[in-house]
Amino acid sequence: MYPAEFDYHRPGSVADAIKLLQDNPEAKLLAGGHSLLPVMKLRLAQPTALIDISSLSELSGVSEDGDALVIGANTTYHDLMNSSVIKNKLPVLAEASDLVGDVQVRNKGTIGGAAAHADPASDLPAVLLALNAEFKTVGPSGEKTHKATDFFVDMFTTTLEPEEVLTEIRIPDVSSVASATYLKFAHPASGYAIVGIAAVKTGSGEVRAAVTGSVPIAVRLSAVESEISGKDLSDDNIAAAAEKATEGMDFVGDIHASDEYRAHLTKVYTKRALKKIAG
Amino acid sequence: MKHEITVTVNGTKHTAEVESRALLVHFIRDVLNLTGTHIGCDTSQCGACTLLLNGQAVKSCTILAAQVDGKEITTIEGLATDGNLHPVQEGFWQEHGLQCGFCTPGMIMSSVDLLGRIPNPDEQQIRHNLEGNLCRCTGYQNIVKSVQFASKKMSGAAGDD
Repeated sequence: MYPAEFDYHRPGSVADAIKLLQDNPEAKLLAGGHSLLPVMKLRLAQPTALIDISSLSELSGVSEDGDALVIGANTTYHDLMNSSVIKNKLPVLAEASDLVGDVQVRNKGTIGGAAAHADPASDLPAVLLALNAEFKTVGPSGEKTHKATDFFVDMFTTTLEPEEVLTEIRIPDVSSVASATYLKFAHPASGYAIVGIAAVKTGSGEVRAAVTGSVPIAVRLSAVESEISGKDLSDDNIAAAAEKATEGMDFVGDIHASDEYRAHLTKVYTKRALKKIAG
Repeated sequence: MKHEITVTVNGTKHTAEVESRALLVHFIRDVLNLTGTHIGCDTSQCGACTLLLNGQAVKSCTILAAQVDGKEITTIEGLATDGNLHPVQEGFWQEHGLQCGFCTPGMIMSSVDLLGRIPNPDEQQIRHNLEGNLCRCTGYQNIVKSVQFASKKMSGAAGDD
């Protein structure tokens, strides 16, 4: 299967990529390509141009900036799993990456691509929400920083503007994370999340949790958070908090799992994730 | 729109003109005539088209030929040296790791990637790392044994048991 015809560009800098986006309103950015190229081959997407940012070194690498971790948008799942900084400071990102797709996908797929694509069954958006990640974008009007809770808007929709490039993901206050986990109930064939729950406990007793897969777009479980935060993570308190996981939420249903089943699994996995971070 | 690419495949440098939308697997099969790399599902799932791009296993049906300019590729044809099978190829031979053989080139390339990262994987690690390769004959049991054979052979304890 061939995609429909398009022009291929490989800019040498983010600035050049932005210029190309301005000149080609129907263009798409190409990073790992493992979500974009399959839908282009099925002709579900027919961009007139692809702007390949996968070899831009300014978008690669993981570094520390004070108590923050700065992850270049082009960092692949494989790089996240093998980064000594990630493994030491935020192993949950490496563990969650190991649950994405398969080896070949992890060798190509990027954290920035996963965030910008905002697939409702993608794993990392839940983890990034629970970690309070910030997203840096660059466009014709300069740089912007978005909180994770603002960045993910809806299924396949983020605040990213058509002429902007997501350049880096910043995890603040890394030392405040006392324990963190990501658990998923994966579709047995595709590996996509039917439900995925990320949970973080900070040193001061704050609990943050987020869900993906069972909802239209990854989102924080705010009712769970307010029920459990500051409390002892006892079995009873966890069970009461997990019951709140469906409060005020809309669940998706399809041939793989009904909305009712996904809602049920969301409670079950919230409970398991909270037990895990309780230690 | 055409692009000139220069790519090293199995140690040989090739320069060619490719269309923007040409997929790497078509370039490998139809331009270089290296037909050991198979097209199975063509939807990024089955892994039959797996080859090594700069040493990493990738699905060549989901990469554009234009993207590999300046890179190094190893296909199944590039594994044997001086007529001697690569230990992973030998493992698939010795342990009957194939039935119809269609998935085999991709399975072998993914196994080479795996053993490069984890020289002595346990069974669970082998199965997890080969999730991107489907065998429709469902011959996974012997595929696992083949990788275990290769792992032993590559770590010096020739698979003589």
